[in-house]
Amino acid sequence: MTASQKMEIVRTKGRPTVRDYIPMIFEDFFEMHGDRLYGDDGAIMGGVAYFEGIPVTVIGQVKGRTLEENQQCNFGMPHPEGYRKALRLAKQAEKFRRPVICLVDTSGAFCGVEAEKRGQGEAIARSIMEFMELKTPVISIILGEGGSGGALAMCVCDELAMLENATYSVISPRGFASILWKNPARESEAADIMHITAEDLKALNVCDYIIEESEGGAHTDPEQTAENISEYISSALKRNLQKGLDEMLNARYNKFRAIGEFDEGVEKTGVPSDS
Amino acid sequence: MLEDLFSVVRTRFNSDPSDDQDAQKRKKTDIPKGLIFKCPRCANNTFMDDLAANSKVCPKCGYHSRLTAAERLDITVDKGSFEEFDADMMSKNPIDFPDYEEKQQALREKTGLKDAVVCGRAKLRGEDIVIIVMDSNYMMASMGSVVGEKIARAFEYATLNRLPVIAFTASGGARMQEGIVSLMQMAKTSGAVGRHSAAGLLYITVMTDPTTGGVTASFASLGDIIIAEPKVLIGFAGRRVIEGTIRQRLPDDFQSAEFMLENGFVDMIVERKKLRRTLAHLLKLHKPYNGGAAQ
Repeated sequence: MTASQKMEIVRTKGRPTVRDYIPMIFEDFFEMHGDRLYGDDGAIMGGVAYFEGIPVTVIGQVKGRTLEENQQCNFGMPHPEGYRKALRLAKQAEKFRRPVICLVDTSGAFCGVEAEKRGQGEAIARSIMEFMELKTPVISIILGEGGSGGALAMCVCDELAMLENATYSVISPRGFASILWKNPARESEAADIMHITAEDLKALNVCDYIIEESEGGAHTDPEQTAENISEYISSALKRNLQKGLDEMLNARYNKFRAIGEFDEGVEKTGVPSDS
Repeated sequence: MLEDLFSVVRTRFNSDPSDDQDAQKRKKTDIPKGLIFKCPRCANNTFMDDLAANSKVCPKCGYHSRLTAAERLDITVDKGSFEEFDADMMSKNPIDFPDYEEKQQALREKTGLKDAVVCGRAKLRGEDIVIIVMDSNYMMASMGSVVGEKIARAFEYATLNRLPVIAFTASGGARMQEGIVSLMQMAKTSGAVGRHSAAGLLYITVMTDPTTGGVTASFASLGDIIIAEPKVLIGFAGRRVIEGTIRQRLPDDFQSAEFMLENGFVDMIVERKKLRRTLAHLLKLHKPYNGGAAQ
């Protein structure tokens, strides 16, 4: 299936969102609000819950189905206070030694005047840096759209899984088409050359696991898809809870450290030796 | 003093008025393209020679125009002290993007650079530093594999050798042509900054024109101290994207260094001619304190 076909599935009305999945996957979810600095962003929700008896912190990017829901969650596009709320909850998880489960679904961080004034760039940058050093396991799952830095801020993790029709990209295909060809209408064409599907990203070592959706897409059987997600979280926690702290943090650092393709030139100069 | 006066008198005697007129005529008529700098902030025209004499700062509005990495190093570090790291590193084509290799080859020939960042160690008024300079002449200094790798290595080298890092940032953001691989460079560089910071070492960012997108949303915003040159563009999202969202024209100073200072994301705005002095002071101020004990 092509990337543009997968994008169609992800955009199907009725595709389950974070709000649908949380009660199907977790028990006793207590939602927490606010970043303690500015406000509470409806585009990111988070709290504590049990997963198979283990206390965990769940942080998810929220999309709505109705106009009213979408106004509340800003169509799933977080403001800086959303990322700061996510980071606050992640630090809380670190304190109480709970694993963090991030559920990612955003077309991107919000682009607007207020977002710039409150430091969208800084909020994402800090989130990336702090998640890299967070002393507790972090598992991220992309449910639908993984849009650029807005998704990356919640994808600095020990393991990244993607639902089989989910995408993850440096910019939305629409934005890509508009920048490179000055024509946003060539969105599908852009999607197909950008390498944004779960398979593409697994080949590039960005995605570690692909979670199957129900036949035809997650909307056809949300409960089956939720079960597949639960099965994945269960195995991911087993793999990551047994790691020692240094081992875990080094593996997380090296996971990202290793991504990039370059030639060192004819002569390998490298950095000068220690002095 | 006296000699100066004499030389003025001498030139006056020597000058031939007809020559002068010729010179003036030439100046007015043949101005080859590329000799005039049009300021992107105030639209004033300045001769390139005059601009260069003013450290490439617009004499009318004070906008600090873009420098090449070589020009930046030249006015920043002690003469002859720069040792470059990874000078030959070149990127591949991780997502097989059409024409990416050809485009890069042409740019390498045009700019003499291998990619958009130059890193190395140097001295600044005698203090050892690791320096990172991005060059917007190369694909608007977008961050792909090479930029990410060189920056991460520079921070790792600085961590290992306990050196401060000074980064001159400029970028249009992530490099589209490398797709998701370029997005991952944000995590790679920020991770390396985190380790340098955890080791108790100083990192100063100097934001130059333009610092935007994925670079703003990663290592550029993570300095212990963030300096910006006057009037430069600093932001996360593109201006046109935001204007498209809100359907309004944004004020000219939106996303300027001054706007970032006002909103609390920049520590200070420093003019180019005072930058070397300021950096030297800050480096000195962050040298390990011996508790006031006698040496």
